[in-house]
Amino acid sequence: MTGVNDVMLLAASRVGGEVVPARAQMATTLGFHIILACLGVALPSVVLLAEFIGLRRRDETAMRLARHWSQAMGVLVAVGAVTGTVLSFEMGLLWPGLMRQYGAVLGFPFGVEGIFFFLEAIFAGIYLWGWRRLPGWAHFWSGVPIAVSGIFGAMSVIAVNSWMNQPGGFTQQGGWITSVNVWQVYFNHAALYEMPHMILAAYMVTGFTVAGVYAAGILRGRRDRYHYTGFALGFVPAAVLSPFQIFVGDTAARAIAQDQPVKFAAMEYVAHTSRQVPEWLGGVYLNGHIYAGLKIPYLDSLLAGFGPGTQVAGWDTVPPAERPPAVWLIHLCFDVMVGLGTLLLLLGLWALFEWWRRRRLPAQRVFWAAGAVSGVAAIVAMECGWVVTEVGRQPWVVYRLQATAAAATTNGGVLASLSLVIVGYAVLGAATIVILRMLARRWRRGGAAEVAVPYGPPPALADEPAGQPES
Amino acid sequence: MAADAVGAILLAGITLYAVLGGADFGGGLWDLLAGPGPRRLAPRVLIDDSITPVWEANHVWLVFDLVIFWTAFPHAFAAVMTTLALPLWLAVAGIVLRGAGFAFRKEITDVRWRRVTGITFAFSSLVTPFFMGTVIGAIATGAVPANGGHASLAAWTSATALLAGFLFVAACGYLAAVYLTGEAARRGDRRMQAYFTRRAQVAAIVAGALSLAALAALRGSNPALYDRLTGRALPFVVLAGICGLAVVTLLAAGGLTAVRGIAALGVAAVVWGWGVAQYPVLLPGTAVTLSNAGAPNDTLVAIVVLFIVAVLLIGPAFILLYSLQSRRLLGAGEPATPAGESPSPGPPD
Repeated sequence: MTGVNDVMLLAASRVGGEVVPARAQMATTLGFHIILACLGVALPSVVLLAEFIGLRRRDETAMRLARHWSQAMGVLVAVGAVTGTVLSFEMGLLWPGLMRQYGAVLGFPFGVEGIFFFLEAIFAGIYLWGWRRLPGWAHFWSGVPIAVSGIFGAMSVIAVNSWMNQPGGFTQQGGWITSVNVWQVYFNHAALYEMPHMILAAYMVTGFTVAGVYAAGILRGRRDRYHYTGFALGFVPAAVLSPFQIFVGDTAARAIAQDQPVKFAAMEYVAHTSRQVPEWLGGVYLNGHIYAGLKIPYLDSLLAGFGPGTQVAGWDTVPPAERPPAVWLIHLCFDVMVGLGTLLLLLGLWALFEWWRRRRLPAQRVFWAAGAVSGVAAIVAMECGWVVTEVGRQPWVVYRLQATAAAATTNGGVLASLSLVIVGYAVLGAATIVILRMLARRWRRGGAAEVAVPYGPPPALADEPAGQPES
Repeated sequence: MAADAVGAILLAGITLYAVLGGADFGGGLWDLLAGPGPRRLAPRVLIDDSITPVWEANHVWLVFDLVIFWTAFPHAFAAVMTTLALPLWLAVAGIVLRGAGFAFRKEITDVRWRRVTGITFAFSSLVTPFFMGTVIGAIATGAVPANGGHASLAAWTSATALLAGFLFVAACGYLAAVYLTGEAARRGDRRMQAYFTRRAQVAAIVAGALSLAALAALRGSNPALYDRLTGRALPFVVLAGICGLAVVTLLAAGGLTAVRGIAALGVAAVVWGWGVAQYPVLLPGTAVTLSNAGAPNDTLVAIVVLFIVAVLLIGPAFILLYSLQSRRLLGAGEPATPAGESPSPGPPD
């Protein structure tokens, strides 16, 4: 097996001159889209929660928040839909080798995702634009399919990624796929932990991001019911899910130690297979030395198998060509993800403690400052998680079956498209944030400035006679 | 057998993307051609109202088609994505700019920035169909080799491919103008009805002329496909022609009851004519057919099942969306407006 792999890798490294820019471009576009995907999966639930409270308790504040978030969701869903389409094209434009060989296998979960993407887009069209004329509860229920299909859509996309980590459910002969068991592809071994891990991440990213927006407002002195309600509607679900996420993440790490020992070795700096392996917190691995790391004896063995005698495989179990590049990056990203996740858990516990003791949220400024950055922290943790799983799988695109270099396009010019993508996405990201902030300013002014028609200046600010549409 | 069924599913998906998503792109064409200045507000409002709640759902057909293409015919997919990388990159750039420009324009109050985002939306609405057209044109002329390792400029800059590009833009504009005529009529907006009737007729003539020109060019670039288009696929070609003439005539007579359906049928006939003429070959000029493009039977059967489930789930949802939209229950504009304040023009229903 190893000999065959060496030959494959050698052959691949000759073909794929574009693999590094192609990976960079995939990382940029996926890293950007994944934030919007998280919001696409979980924001509908948060908006629906606000609308539910608004309808059930006749709570005007919650209702106003639901309407405002729905408007922001309109922008985010559009940007998410188009950046998601970019990824669909990139599957073929950047990775034709992967699609040619395994498209017939990994295509099925994408097809399932397509159905849920349809349902999401259709009901988003109804929910986002039905505020004015659909009656209260009918409008609420038109949003429920968005939230449900968001979860199933995320499961389907993660099914593909987890399949790349634990491929199975098919047979191949002479480069041709001869049979496929679509259920084994969809519910592959890694799906069981990757799916809940990412869906919980989506809810945490969304909840803490929403909470962060209102915590920042509260820090600036906007201590009104609107801001406290907005904070709570995001913070409570995210904080409640944090302990589950830590449990799932811990389970996932142990499973990876079995399923992808080399990835686990990179995450934990295990160069040589051994027992009584220490845990490294931080630290940079260079040429066999770990600089500036905190060493905790036995802990890695304890975490991996509940006993100091647990044997942990090192990356020396595979030849150098099959080890991931930049183990320091994988390890540090893993530490940042776990560290931030733990801090977010503690933030939730702090709020819970204060609520239990005094029936109110903590008054300390540092709590609200932490709340204000909790969204960014959750996003960073989630992105770090993706770096761990993607860079940690290298040099494979399909674990132990296809090298990333063999999957990459043979076309030149990826560096050019990468540069354009970086510039374009920077503009797109900045524009999205500017527009969301503009919406927030408009809401603070009372939301009266109606934006009705394209190109038409709002009547009060008209620099040329606007003219009513002559219909 | 399963391969043929999946081929039909893919063609149906392309048809739906063309007649639904295509019209949304066409809306951008008319937005661009509406010209500057506040006097040109009415057509833009109508376009905006018609596209807003549905464009994302219509757009998903593209993703659906891509997924079926790479799952059922991975070898052909990889070949197309490699050889035609450049027009596909440009098409995808158009998709991003169109969607973002459209969504941003709605929320911006500053007039200058609204123009910038509006022009971005309108211009990129031409870019995507044009380059998609060149891609289909390149495939039809047999310019995509089965194992090509490099992008080819010549493949999609042949006369046939470029004509196909222009044809796609014209067809999108044609569909949009016909749909908008019907929409204006339903709103009782006579001025806009006349406005888009003229444009629909012009677009019909342009699209018809481009179809004939592309057909003539195909005779030189891929005689075999031309023979089949005028042979076994002739009924579709004739149907497309009849639909086009019927739409022009009906518009002139002001009979609008079925005109939208006939226009869509005409475009669908072109798509199916192409599909039937090419069948069972996926990449003309190669040996790649529906049944040997890299997917085992299991995968093809799974796609057929998936499609049936999709129709059962998505069909009713789409009907709900379009019926709410046609009853004008999905108002464009800021959702946070207090109930009762309708900023959209036209009489209240």
